[in-house]
Amino acid sequence: MSLVAPLAGGVLIGLSALAMLALLGRITGISGILAGVLNVETGLWRWAFLAGLIIAPPLFHAVSGQPVPAPADAGWPLIILAGLLVGFGTRHAGGCTSGHGVCGIGRLSPRSMAATATFIAAGMLTVSVMRHLVG
Amino acid sequence: MLRQILIPLLCGLVFGFGLALSGMTDTQVVLGFLDISGDWNPALLMVMAGALAVTIPGFRLAQKRGTPFFSTQFFLPASRAIEAKLLIGSVIFGIGWGLYGYCPGPALAALSSLAWQPLLFVVAMAAGVYLEKLYSAKRPG
Repeated sequence: MSLVAPLAGGVLIGLSALAMLALLGRITGISGILAGVLNVETGLWRWAFLAGLIIAPPLFHAVSGQPVPAPADAGWPLIILAGLLVGFGTRHAGGCTSGHGVCGIGRLSPRSMAATATFIAAGMLTVSVMRHLVG
Repeated sequence: MLRQILIPLLCGLVFGFGLALSGMTDTQVVLGFLDISGDWNPALLMVMAGALAVTIPGFRLAQKRGTPFFSTQFFLPASRAIEAKLLIGSVIFGIGWGLYGYCPGPALAALSSLAWQPLLFVVAMAAGVYLEKLYSAKRPG
């Protein structure tokens, strides 16, 4: 796969995060936005953002003609465990790939750099163990 | 209307479009990035590079202005410390990310595929958010 599409996609993600900050003063952290919705915090903007996020991929696939990627083949216990860990971990760390990785590093925050390096390293270690030790 | 619906809806659309375009809604692309011992896929690194090329200079400029265009203040995280909680949470998140290949944004974006896997993942992720809230309420700091 060409690296142009990921780079262009990244620029769009950056533009979205920049517009959220410059226009609304908000950090585009998806785990934080999700937690805000779950905690019934006031602010319709979180719902509006998530709605856009969810309806965008079908638009992309309709426009580009590219097939919708099939989810990885895994049983439900692993998917539940992975989801629980991602939900718990991102809130405990106060951010995920978008909040720390795109916005926090965008603000040159050492805290977000440490978080991003840590979750990427933990993710790499996990994939190594899963693919090469467990099978 | 503009601040609560139109701007965030449009930003969400652009964000989700970027995720789909960059292949981040595909767990195999993400796992291919995390698998450094195999056939490494640099797509996620390109996404980060593209996003940061916009946010690093853009955020500086935006904050120089003093206030956002449609709000009275910037809502920025106050915490600056690199404490155990940050690192432990990041390790837990990284393990879950590596297990299946979804972080929160792509998992939510993938809901639109109507497959059961992202739906189950998002329900479990919401439960994880809730459990963390209970846990942190009991053990502050």
